[in-house]
Amino acid sequence: MFCGCPADYQAAEPNTRTCPVCLGLPGALPVINRRAVEYTVLTGLALNCRIPEFTKFDRKNYPYPDLMKGYQISQYDLPLALDGFLEIDGDTQLGLGRRRIGVERVHLEEDVAKSYDDRGEGYSLVDVNRSGVPLMEVVSKPDMRSAEEARQYLTLLHSIVQYLGVSTGNMQDGNFRCDANVSIRPVGSQILGTRTEVKNMNSFRAVYQALEYEVVRQREVIEDGGAVVQETRGWIEEREVTVSQRSKEYAHDYRYFPEPDLPPLRIGPERVAELAAELPEFAPQRSARFQADLALSGYDADLLAGSRSMANYFETTLTLRDADAAEVANWMLGDLARLLNQDHREIDASPVTPQRLADLLALVADGTLSTSLAKTVLEEMYATGGEPADIVREQGLGQISDTGAIEAAVAEAIAANPKAVADYISGKDTAARFLMGQVMRLTKGQAQPELALRLVQEGLELQKTRGSLEP
Amino acid sequence: MAPGAWTVTGIRAAVAGGDLSAREVCAHYLDRIAATDGRLHAFTTVLREAALARADEVDARPLLGVPIAVKDVICTRGVPTTAGSRILAGYRPPYDATVVSRLLDAGAVIVGKTNCDEFAMGSSTEHSAYGPTRNPWALDRIPGGSSGGAAAAVAAGQAPASIGTDTGGSIRQPAALCGVVGLKPTYGRVSRYGLLAFASSLDQIGPLTWTVADAAAVLQVLAGPDPRDATASTEPPPDLSRLFPGNVRGTRIGVPRVALADGVDPEVLDAFGAALAMLSDRGAEVCDVDLPHMQYAVPVYYLVAPAEASSNLARYDGVRYGHRAKLDGAAAGVSEMYARTRSEGFGAEVKRRIMLGTYALSAGYYDAYYVHAQRVRSLIRNDFDRAFAAVDAVAMPTTPTPAFRIGERIDDPLAMYLGDVFTVSANLTGLPAISLPAGLTQARLPIGFQLVGRPFDEATLLRIGDALERDAPWSDERPPAFA
Repeated sequence: MFCGCPADYQAAEPNTRTCPVCLGLPGALPVINRRAVEYTVLTGLALNCRIPEFTKFDRKNYPYPDLMKGYQISQYDLPLALDGFLEIDGDTQLGLGRRRIGVERVHLEEDVAKSYDDRGEGYSLVDVNRSGVPLMEVVSKPDMRSAEEARQYLTLLHSIVQYLGVSTGNMQDGNFRCDANVSIRPVGSQILGTRTEVKNMNSFRAVYQALEYEVVRQREVIEDGGAVVQETRGWIEEREVTVSQRSKEYAHDYRYFPEPDLPPLRIGPERVAELAAELPEFAPQRSARFQADLALSGYDADLLAGSRSMANYFETTLTLRDADAAEVANWMLGDLARLLNQDHREIDASPVTPQRLADLLALVADGTLSTSLAKTVLEEMYATGGEPADIVREQGLGQISDTGAIEAAVAEAIAANPKAVADYISGKDTAARFLMGQVMRLTKGQAQPELALRLVQEGLELQKTRGSLEP
Repeated sequence: MAPGAWTVTGIRAAVAGGDLSAREVCAHYLDRIAATDGRLHAFTTVLREAALARADEVDARPLLGVPIAVKDVICTRGVPTTAGSRILAGYRPPYDATVVSRLLDAGAVIVGKTNCDEFAMGSSTEHSAYGPTRNPWALDRIPGGSSGGAAAAVAAGQAPASIGTDTGGSIRQPAALCGVVGLKPTYGRVSRYGLLAFASSLDQIGPLTWTVADAAAVLQVLAGPDPRDATASTEPPPDLSRLFPGNVRGTRIGVPRVALADGVDPEVLDAFGAALAMLSDRGAEVCDVDLPHMQYAVPVYYLVAPAEASSNLARYDGVRYGHRAKLDGAAAGVSEMYARTRSEGFGAEVKRRIMLGTYALSAGYYDAYYVHAQRVRSLIRNDFDRAFAAVDAVAMPTTPTPAFRIGERIDDPLAMYLGDVFTVSANLTGLPAISLPAGLTQARLPIGFQLVGRPFDEATLLRIGDALERDAPWSDERPPAFA
C-alpha cells in the first residue's frame, strides 16, 4: 500500500517481499499506491457510495509484533467512500423481499505481518511479506436480518470485487475476509440489542453457520435471564461454535491522528466520473440481460454471469460463432466446465479458447461431427490445446455420411446379431436402436447417427420382407 | 594542453584542476572517432550518448572531494546510526538516506556521524546517551542541540560542512551558539527519507557551514523532489549559485519588537541591533511587524512535536533491530520485552516526550490538546503570511542567551524548552530560516542572528546573509582553542 513490494505474500518464501518501508525500518517513509486508491473508489462507486472530495489517512497506534511501525496507517474519519448500498433479494422465509442493505463506508489501510505462535516453545515467528499489502474494508450498516441475508450480501459483494478485478475474492487465501457483528432483539423492538463481533470465518458457509450459531447462543443467554456481553468471539470450525476472545483483547485507545507523512487527497468530480466510466456491467445486470435478450434460463444465466471472465468468454464465443446462446451455454456449463473443474482451473486458463470452441460448434452445425464425437474432440482440444479442424483431420474423425460406407456396417451388424433382427421382426422396435448402436461402434462413432438409424431400419425392413418371403 | 599531447595523467590533472571539463575531453575523443573510424574500423560500438551522459555526471559533482559530517539521526548504509540513543546501539541501516546518496553522487566524502541529543530531542546535546559534546568556544559550555556535534565539528574545523536536522531549532540554535551558519530549509525542500523521524510535520535536514555561500552550495545538492518522500515538494529547486555577492538594497526586513521585549540577554539584543544596522547601511529597510500568536509557539510545539514523536518512536521495540532486553524466566512475554527494552534503551528526555505526546493524543484529551495546538499553529502561520505582504524576511535573535554551562539547565526541562522561543515558529509554519554569526559576547561566546523567509524562498535568506557576512568584523573569528 505504501511501498513497491509485490503483494504475492501467499506464494513467496517468508520475509522475501520486504523493504525498509514495509519493515518499518528507522527513517523509512510511506508513499500512497495510486491504483489501490482507484480500486477503492471504484468499489465505492459500485456500491453506490458518495466519494467525498477530501480524504486522508490516519495513524492507528498500538503495539504488537506483527505491526512493524507500532502504528497502522488506516483511515479514520474521512474515508474514501461513504453511504452506499447493495440490493439483495431478501430472506423470503422471513417474508422479506428485495431491498437495500446499507454500506456505511469503504476505506483503505495497510495489512499487518503474519505471526506464527505455534512453532515452538517460548518464541513466535513473524513473516513480514504481508505487512503493507493494501487492505480495503467495506463496512455494512446493520440492515441484514438473517444469516441468509448476510450470505446474499457477501455473495454479491464478492462478485462485485471480482468483477472489478480488485480482488480474487479467495477466502481460503485470505484475499477476502469477513468479520461479522450480530445482535438480537425482541420482535417489534426498534432498539438494536448488544452486539458481539465474530471473527475467524474462512468461508461463506462458515459465516452462515457462525451467525446462525451466535443467534441461538444469544437467545439462550437472554432466555436464561442473562445479558449478552459485548465482546469479540472466534468461530471454531472444528467444533462449530463461537468462543469468547475477551481475554485476548484489552481496550485500546488507538490515539488516531492524521498521518503527517502523507498529504491528504483531493479526488475531484472529474476524476470520479472518469473512474465511474470504468465500471463494468455487474453480475446481476449481466445475468438479467442474458435472460432477457438471449432467452437463457435464470440458472444458466447466473452461472455464466457469475464471473467476469466466464461472462466475457461466453459473449466472445457468441460473437465469433453467431450461434445459438443455449448451445454455447450447454457446452460451457457442461463439458467445458467439467474439464476445468477437474483441473481446478479458471476459465481464463482454458486451453480451449472462445475461438476454438466456436470452431468446434461450427463443425457440429455443418454435419462434420456428431454431438458425441464433438465431445471427444473437445477433450482432445483441452488436453493438447489444438484446433478442432486439425484434430478431426489427424484422427480421421469426420462424420461418415456416405451411405455406402454405412450400409456395409449395417450389413455386418445385422449378420452378427440374429437375435436382435428376430426381436425387431416380432415387433420390438427398440431392437433397431440396439443395432444402430452396433453400427456406431463399428464405424468408431463416426457414422452420422440419423443416417445410420434410417439405414438400419431399412435393412431390418428388408429382413422382414425377406423373412416373410421365405418358404 | 594541446589535444595531440593529451595523456592520461595530463587529462586527470586538467579535469581535476578545472581547466577542462570531462565533457570537453569526451567530446574531443568522440569527434576524433567519428572522423577516423570510417577508415580504420577499430570500433564495433561507439557509445556517443552514454559517454557524454557519463561525462556530464562526472562534471556534475559540485562537492567533489568535500568532507562532510552527518548527524547520527540520518541513515548511512552499513555505518552505525544511533540517533544518540542506546536503543540503536550498533544499528547499521541497510540503506542510505536520500540526502546521503545525493551527497555521495555529488562527490562528497562522508567523514563521520555526529553526536546529538537522543532522537534529536533537546537543545544542548546533553541528552545524548553517548555523553555531551562541548562547545569549541568554551569547553565547559554546551554547543547547543540537538545538532550539537554537527555545529561543533564545523566550528572546530573538523569538517568544512555538516548536515544536521531541525525540528524546533536544532540546526539554527547550535549554529548560533557555535558561531557558524545554520540553515533550516522550507518544509518539503529536502527529502526526509532516511531521517529517523522525530516529528514528521516539523523535521527538516539542512547544512551547517562557515559561510553563507557554502550553505547555498550544500543546500543545492540536498534539495529536490524525491518519490520516496510524499511530503517533499515536486518542484525542482532554483539555482542558488547566482545569489552572490548578496545585495540587500530595497530588501524589507521586519522585526517583531514585542517578542523581544523580555527574556533576551542584553548582549544578544545589542548584537541583534548591530546586525540590523549593518544591513540597513547597505540599503535594507527595517520595520516592525506584528506576530501576535508567536507567544504561543513554544506550548504549541511542545504539544505537536511530542505527539508525533510518541508515534514515530513506537517502532523501537526490540523485535527487528537495535537493543532487545534480556528476559529472565519463561513467564515473560512480548509486553514485558517491550517495556524492558524501551525502559533500558530510551533516556529520560525521550521518555518525557513520549509520555507527553501519548497524553496529548489520548482519548478525551486529543481535541483539547493536539487538535487545539494544530489550530493555533495555523494562526501562527497566518501571522507570518500577513507579515510577508509587507516584508521579505522576518529578523529575530536565534536564541535569547548565548551558550550556558553544561549541566546548568539539565534538571529544568521547562527552562530548556523556553530557550526555543525564537526558533520553533519556523518549524511550526514550515518556513525557511537561517542563523548567521552576529559577533561574540564579552565572554567571547557566539551570538546568532536569525532570518525567517517566505516558503521556498531560501534564496532571499542566503542573499541577505551573504550581505551581512561580507563586511562583518566577526567573520574571521575562530574558537581560540581550535583555530
